Amino acid sequence: MATSATRPIRIVLAKIGLDGHDRGIQVVARALRDAGMEVIYTGLWQTADDVVRAVEDEDADVLGVSILSGAHLTLVPTLVEALRRRGLDRVRLIVGGIIPDADIPRLEALGVAKVFTPGAPLPEIAEFIRASVSSAR
Amino acid sequence: MPDQGADAPRSPEQAAFERALASAPEREISLTTVSGRKVAPVYLPPDISDEYASQLGYPGQYPFTRGIHANLYRGRLWTMRQFAGFGTPGETNERFKFLLAKGQTGLSTAFDLPTLMGLDSDHANAGGEVGRLGVAIDAIDDFERLFAGIDLGSVSVSMTINAPAAIVLAFYLVTAERQGVGWDKLRGTLQNDILKEYHAQNEFVFPPRASVRLVIDTIEFCTREVPQFNPVSISGYHIREAGSTAAEELAFTLADGFHYVEQTQVRGLDIDAFAPRLSFFFNSHNDFLEEIAKFRAARRIWARHLRERYGAKDPRSWALRFHAQTSGVSLQAQQPEVNVVRVAYQALAAVLGGCQSLHTNSRDETLSLPTLEAVTIALRTQQVAAYETGVVNSVDPLGGSYQLEAWTDALEAEAEAIFAEIDRAGGMIAAVEGGYFRRRIAESAFRYQTEVDAKRKLIVGVNAFAEEEPSSIPLLEIDPAIETRQKANLASIKAQRDRAAVERALAEIRRAAAGTENIMPSLLAAARCQTTLGEIVIALADVLGRYRMGA
Repeated sequence: MATSATRPIRIVLAKIGLDGHDRGIQVVARALRDAGMEVIYTGLWQTADDVVRAVEDEDADVLGVSILSGAHLTLVPTLVEALRRRGLDRVRLIVGGIIPDADIPRLEALGVAKVFTPGAPLPEIAEFIRASVSSAR
Repeated sequence: MPDQGADAPRSPEQAAFERALASAPEREISLTTVSGRKVAPVYLPPDISDEYASQLGYPGQYPFTRGIHANLYRGRLWTMRQFAGFGTPGETNERFKFLLAKGQTGLSTAFDLPTLMGLDSDHANAGGEVGRLGVAIDAIDDFERLFAGIDLGSVSVSMTINAPAAIVLAFYLVTAERQGVGWDKLRGTLQNDILKEYHAQNEFVFPPRASVRLVIDTIEFCTREVPQFNPVSISGYHIREAGSTAAEELAFTLADGFHYVEQTQVRGLDIDAFAPRLSFFFNSHNDFLEEIAKFRAARRIWARHLRERYGAKDPRSWALRFHAQTSGVSLQAQQPEVNVVRVAYQALAAVLGGCQSLHTNSRDETLSLPTLEAVTIALRTQQVAAYETGVVNSVDPLGGSYQLEAWTDALEAEAEAIFAEIDRAGGMIAAVEGGYFRRRIAESAFRYQTEVDAKRKLIVGVNAFAEEEPSSIPLLEIDPAIETRQKANLASIKAQRDRAAVERALAEIRRAAAGTENIMPSLLAAARCQTTLGEIVIALADVLGRYRMGA
């Protein structure tokens, strides 16, 4: 995988499951583009397989999924497994949305790099992604 | 403040006031509303129209700016209606009975995401979502259990569902049949506003034109058969939650309403036969005076358009009735107890704006569905507004405030400018398909978030006055076994029903959908023989198609 230090960070953003709350992910997409990243937003109602295909096709460094429906403990394990099956473990997975504090360690144990909950400032999200990708390159 | 005219002579007092303003320092946060409206330091008589009779008039009279009833809450308070639903129909039925016992005066049903998206509980894409955000409904037996022991002839029921709304209406009507309640006795509201799904909420299935046809079918059917029921609740709530400004919420919602009126008129229905049963649903957000101005402007704009543009003659057609819900997106996960205070101010704005019914959010709703304790506080908040604050004892008590009247006028003018933009975009359907609404909403949402990140807008507990120690409140847990139980229930319904009757019902739905006749009779027949919601949606999609939006 070509992750040269000069290439802009490539990030796939996706809504997985049936949840249609896309205000947050759209705002985040725009902020990351403004921060110089290449953002591919897949749109609504993605399955784990749809998302993994997008990550592969786009050769993404980072995958960000947004879940506000409470189904994260069903959807995220499926997604992590789908990434692993395609050998995409290196892709940093971040989760945004309504995630109760008690569930955050459970998601991190699955391999989620970071969970951003409501109130997370946009610059903080961009900074985390930049640091996390550069440490891996 | 408006320009008072170069020639207007300034009094010594005015000149002194303007000098004082010019030299007075102001705080460094943004002195604008949540929607970005510039706020003058003070509003004065020249800021408002002197056309009292045509702009305001008496409550209960055209243009209804001051309210839709002469005595408003002196006669009857608003309906206190808390949105509820989770788990299986049995669990929601218990919550309904709890709320009625606490003094709630109407029911409001939340459905789970699979139901909202037209999927049965056993669909592969429903995994993890069954019963989580609302109640799971698959077939008519579920609906009957949902309202078991609740007399549909005496309680008004609101149902928040859109893409499959016509199907849910059929389930509701058949449930009434089974209870022995005549359709003419049914009161309540079906949300059934598909246009805002494309603008903001994203729970659509069929393409826009076909979806609007289903909405008009329900309006037409209810006008004839269910005369006391509101077949559509034209909703700005979700548009606002998605990030629009107050003016955009107002204008997009009313434009949606105009589109339904026009499409129903095309069917040959007299406007005064159906317009009195159209109802609205607005957000009551943080910016107190701007929200009250928005509600007042909504009434005036609707009255003017219905009378002047669409030729309605019945005053009930002119009067805009609305439900309000406090703003979910304004609630914060940090220091959640503070949400009780936000909700109280927002509820007061809705009451001062003359709402007909109100849902107050619970303090824990940024994290989960509300616990019983949280929902009780939310309901009590409305009861304090109604019985203790005294604001209910006169109609539109803030009417005549220079600022409120100036903003009511401004919001009306801004809405008219947006209507003209929608026309220029080719009308409602072309504007939906071209992404006009979504672009504007996304732009406003981004602008607001940028203000928050820059701390030009402060949010208590988030970017100001944060606490080190996270506070924790108890949250409602949804038992994962609910999904298993609901799927077992569906399997038993499918095993016991008459499969041939279901196939005939689905064929009839396809036939009706392909033509121009009203879809409702075929949906009622399908409901009666236990056809599932998911099966009906598939049959409709076979004919009407499915809609995906460009990312």
